Amino acid sequence: MSGLKSLMQPHRILLMALFGAFVLWCALSLRWDWIPKYAPLALEGLWTTIWILVVTTVLGFLLAIPLGLAQAIGPWYLSAPARLFCTVIRGTPLLLQIWLLYYGLGSLFPQFPWIRSSELWPYLRQAWPYAVLALTLSYAGYEGEVMRGAFSGVAKGQLEAAKSFGMPRFTMFRRIWLPQAIRNVLPTLGGETILQLKATPLVATITVVEIYAVSSRVRSDTFIVYEPLLLLAAAYMVIAGLIALAFKRFENQVPERR
Amino acid sequence: MSMKAILAAGLTFASLTAGAVQAEQVKIGIAAEPYPPFASLDSSGKWVGWEVDVIGAVCAAANLDCVLTPVAWDGIIPSLTGQQIDAIMASMSITEERLKTIDFSDPYYNTPAVVVADKSMDIAATPEGLAGKIIGIQASTIHQAYAQEYFKDSEIRVYQTQDEANQDLYAGRIDATQADSIAMADFVASDTGACCEIKGTVADDPEILGRGAGAGVRKGDDALREAINAGIAKILEDGTHAEITSRYFSASIY
Amino acid sequence: MVLEWLGLAESAALLSLSAPGWGMNLLRGLANSLQIAFGAFGMGLMIGLFGAYGKLYGGPILRDLLAIYTTVIRAVPELVLILILYYVGTDLINKVAQMLGYGRVEISGVVAGIWVLGIVQGAYATEVLRGAIQAVPPGQIEAARAYGMPAFLTMRRVTIPAMMSFATPGLANLWLIATKDTALLAVVGFNELTLETKQAASSTRAYFTFFLAAGGLYLMVTLCSGAVFARIEKWARRGQPSLREGGS
Repeated sequence: MSGLKSLMQPHRILLMALFGAFVLWCALSLRWDWIPKYAPLALEGLWTTIWILVVTTVLGFLLAIPLGLAQAIGPWYLSAPARLFCTVIRGTPLLLQIWLLYYGLGSLFPQFPWIRSSELWPYLRQAWPYAVLALTLSYAGYEGEVMRGAFSGVAKGQLEAAKSFGMPRFTMFRRIWLPQAIRNVLPTLGGETILQLKATPLVATITVVEIYAVSSRVRSDTFIVYEPLLLLAAAYMVIAGLIALAFKRFENQVPERR
Repeated sequence: MSMKAILAAGLTFASLTAGAVQAEQVKIGIAAEPYPPFASLDSSGKWVGWEVDVIGAVCAAANLDCVLTPVAWDGIIPSLTGQQIDAIMASMSITEERLKTIDFSDPYYNTPAVVVADKSMDIAATPEGLAGKIIGIQASTIHQAYAQEYFKDSEIRVYQTQDEANQDLYAGRIDATQADSIAMADFVASDTGACCEIKGTVADDPEILGRGAGAGVRKGDDALREAINAGIAKILEDGTHAEITSRYFSASIY
Repeated sequence: MVLEWLGLAESAALLSLSAPGWGMNLLRGLANSLQIAFGAFGMGLMIGLFGAYGKLYGGPILRDLLAIYTTVIRAVPELVLILILYYVGTDLINKVAQMLGYGRVEISGVVAGIWVLGIVQGAYATEVLRGAIQAVPPGQIEAARAYGMPAFLTMRRVTIPAMMSFATPGLANLWLIATKDTALLAVVGFNELTLETKQAASSTRAYFTFFLAAGGLYLMVTLCSGAVFARIEKWARRGQPSLREGGS
């Protein structure tokens, strides 16, 4: 592999040595004795981060398809609300959206006592449904905009060819338009998913115990500030790297256009 | 240009842009979140409350030029050690755990910890009485440490501010909350707190619950600690403390 | 109907600009947010310009260091970066200051916010500007060099004007990210719009009123800056053939 050779240049070796020294210094002179005690909690948090990420990207993407479609070809009564939704989501901070959903909706519960006896109540009491909802809507908002471009980017001739063969509209959408649109967005999808990963710690502010919340817990229990944050940053970098790698693999399996 | 000179130039620049005052101003860190009746923001953007008045009185008595600096509660100790603030006066209890990291002045008030829950709920302020219930508590507080130690059979939900926990108690998302008795008395007397009542005081554990709220200072910052101690002693002696208390509460909280 | 009208009247009273209303607090928060966003965006542009030039023309070590910088910043959540930079940064500056025998350096919340978000913005700006510089036809820069134009003058008179049209869409996006990222400073207790909103909301229990109002303010900023950037882009593209064929 040529990658190995490029790593063996003298300045890279020096940089890696420096990095190794930094890691060694971190390992030796910082405090890590809290790790065994909090490891189970951290793993649980890691799991929460990952499932929230996966669920919200999948749901958000499914929601983005109709949003993109409505904006690309929908009649005005569909495209206008879709565009409004995307603008609002993209124009306001996610933290504000999360707080609006969680505390805003929460402040309504006492006014409607029947909610507490409904079957949904056990879920409404939890924090994660709000986190999932907020992150899904956010991803859908950003991705809806991307999908709009992707749908308009599919070559017209392909659609016309399908039409001239008498292909039904839905089959045309499923077999030609959607696959090509998805292939158009694939290169950006990995980046967008990493952005979504970076949005997940915000749900810690509404009591969801994901990995960021665990590091806050360590900080507040032990007053150790930097070490949990450094480890947290490293954990996010590993996850982001894995996402990038997975998407690259996925992309390579899809045949190149032309 | 030597390294030192470059650094110095950079620092001068940084201090210029920061509008630096290497002055005797003492930055008193308070929690940036409303914590009535001790400290809360009014609609004109001013901090008001019992603790804000006491800070003013202590600083006046100790001849300190104090500025209130709101900081996020769960980062207030790092802010102190990171020198963004010089002292914490945010109803912070003096505990053994915190004394490992920072120093404290003498306490300036002391109140027990209580459990608050919905009136219709059958809840007692004991581990058995709270078993299987959802308890909301504020992060980085003695209450968090206490709940984690004693209420092991309950689900504990950690909030960044007590206010958020109160809000969720009102919304019904949590069954109970453990917090300071005065703040809770204020809450159950409010419109939103009308749902709930104080179910009782938790069993004391001085190791965790500490011995009252004091001003936190950096380790070794004895000059400031002594000055604040003198200020606290003075307002206790000349009746200022009692006078401020009487404006907010019916009984002494020292 | 009357109830709804009354409900709105209540919200209007809560949002009024004079004393019992909290409108002024929100506007003050907005001013803080914008101040930080401006500062961070500006600082990000400066870092980005140097970073882009370093990545394109710098030596191997500089290039590797810049690659590490942009990769790390873009992989770690802003919230975590803000906490690390906020605590470590001020700590470090004070330690250095004390080492040099200076007293403590006071760092105001605004300055801390600007430099923390500026470093984050810088990483993204580096990539945007690098792409834009690469998109400038190399012949233009070579021509300037052939005329013996000094490097800095080339940058000022040729590269930057020519790359502006390529960079504006990306920079517009960055500016929007900057305005929205200021909300994260709420978590370290800085009084920008989102924290002011939360304080007002929790003091009055009118969560919907205040969060929706704040959302409206953010949206206004977004839409206004969208219009401004559209004009800038048009200006930056002056004299160029239209690039508009079939959407973005």
